[in-house]
Amino acid sequence: MRFRIQNHSIAAELTWMNLLVSASALLLACAAFAAYDLIMLRESMVRVLSIQAQIIGANSVSAMLFNDPHSAESSLAALKAGPNIIKAEIYTPDGLPFAGYFRGHRRKTGPLPKIPAGQTEAHWFKNKELIVVRRINFQGKPAETVLMESDLRQINNRLKRYAAVVFFIVVACLAAVFLMSSFMRRSIAEPLLRLADTASIVSRDKDYSVRASQVDRYNELAILVKSFNEMLDQIQERDAALKSAHAELELRVQERTRQLAGANKELEAFSYSVSHDLRAPLRQIDGFSNILVNDYGRHLDAEALRYLNLIRNGARKMGQLVDDLLNMGRIGRQELTRRPTDLNPLLQSVLQDMQPELEGRQIEWRIGALPTLECDPGLVRVVFVNLLSNAVKYTRRKESALIEVGQAAHGGEVVLFVRDNGAGFDQKYAHKLFGVFQRLHRADDFEGTGVGLATVQRIIHKHGGRIWAEARVNEGAAFFFTLETVRHGAQSRALDEAAV
Amino acid sequence: MAHSEVEIVLVEDNSADLELTLYALRQSHLVNNIHIARDGAEALDFLFCQGQYAERAFLLPRLILLDLKLPKVDGLEVLQAIRNDERTKLIPVVVLTSSKEQKDIVGSYQLHVNSYIQKPVDFDQFRQTIQQLGLYWLVVNQTPFSS
Repeated sequence: MRFRIQNHSIAAELTWMNLLVSASALLLACAAFAAYDLIMLRESMVRVLSIQAQIIGANSVSAMLFNDPHSAESSLAALKAGPNIIKAEIYTPDGLPFAGYFRGHRRKTGPLPKIPAGQTEAHWFKNKELIVVRRINFQGKPAETVLMESDLRQINNRLKRYAAVVFFIVVACLAAVFLMSSFMRRSIAEPLLRLADTASIVSRDKDYSVRASQVDRYNELAILVKSFNEMLDQIQERDAALKSAHAELELRVQERTRQLAGANKELEAFSYSVSHDLRAPLRQIDGFSNILVNDYGRHLDAEALRYLNLIRNGARKMGQLVDDLLNMGRIGRQELTRRPTDLNPLLQSVLQDMQPELEGRQIEWRIGALPTLECDPGLVRVVFVNLLSNAVKYTRRKESALIEVGQAAHGGEVVLFVRDNGAGFDQKYAHKLFGVFQRLHRADDFEGTGVGLATVQRIIHKHGGRIWAEARVNEGAAFFFTLETVRHGAQSRALDEAAV
Repeated sequence: MAHSEVEIVLVEDNSADLELTLYALRQSHLVNNIHIARDGAEALDFLFCQGQYAERAFLLPRLILLDLKLPKVDGLEVLQAIRNDERTKLIPVVVLTSSKEQKDIVGSYQLHVNSYIQKPVDFDQFRQTIQQLGLYWLVVNQTPFSS
């Protein structure tokens, strides 16, 4: 399992966070310390300057009393030793300058700042200078006032030193932090990166057998890795279960298909045998009855001849039944091949073939425009042949027979119909119409085997459509059917528009 | 119309069917000389002057009426044998059978049968069919053999 430790976002983020926190802490601490120290420094500077003022005061009192500025100035000159002293001035009790020491020999004297009442001393920090003013008493009486002025170079130097030290401390600490970071992030970033890598491998290769490597310490990361691996276990299990279920299903489907194919083959063989073997005896029954009538008819009375005729009829009827049944079976087993079919020429062709049946019949035909539909033309032809034959047959007793064929829109579906004004049937028995061998009329009235409508229904259902009928006794019957499930309705309408 | 030659060879195994067919043939008054074979082997023996017919002089019949479901040698096998032999290749063969199955029809035509007829169940129709058959193949149709 490969993994890379790059400067990925998490690792970099951790390092940056560490550096930032450390730097902030350090800087805050250093600033606090520096501030405290500088305050202390200022206080001590004031104290030192104050002491110096007292010393000078004590040394120069006599000079003041004897009005000797020169001796005062010579003792003041000792202040040269302090490089930070800008000037020191002695003022008379009246506030007039008496003597002074000036750094750099530039005499810059000024007025005496006032000491607030009740205080012996006052000091000010202003203009980058420290000024201390002290009242000197001699024997209980104000003798003079001493003014000390110092620059702040001590403070400045201290500040500069602090800056340098802080800088070095911070740099050194940050370097140390950076080093420590790269150790620390190993324990967090590395496992995360490995986990991310593993996840992307699983997702990309769809390989559910990989697992993330475990973390040493027991923390949230370890929990994450553990859960991740458990999830993969489950996925793998389910995947395997799915595959095996699928395989099992495939096997079952194959088995069923084989069984079906076997059943179909048996049916084929059965049909063949029926078609061949049943017909011969029927032919013989009919044949010999006929020969009897022909050659021995003169020896037989009317009743015998009638019986023989019945025998012949029976045989002929059975032959018809066998043919119809075999036909229905063949149609049932046939594969449906849908093609866009224009039903108008198809209907015309059926009518053409029916001419012999229509010989001598007076029938009014009302043929409407039929659509083009996706259907099996051969099978739909059978539907029309059956329905029209029925219409022709059951209008035989009517003087003016009327047969209509057309299409009706029925709730968005394309519905075709064949209607006649013939014998009709009792709607009460409509549910029996499509049963095999079921008839709603006596064979004496209208011949038929009762297989035609069953075959038609079979074909309609193969197409996924529906068929139903409405009728009234002696007023005719109408058969409605669709050739598609509603789903295809839109397609057929599109074909309609294209056909026009 | 008395010929010493054989006009029709009728190959049929079922006795009742055989009787009906002969009745119909006789009624049509077209044919006098019919040879009957009761199974495929007998038919081939007769046609090729072998087996029990080894003594027979070789003569071509004018028409062979062949049933398909025969014992020993099947109808289609007989047809194939007839068509495979140079001497008998051109004899008109009409299959006369109960079956209307596609595979029988297609199989027969693939072996170059001249005509395929399904025996109707109705005897009147059967008689008419036989009469038309005889009239066509023995009178109307020209054979490649001089007679």
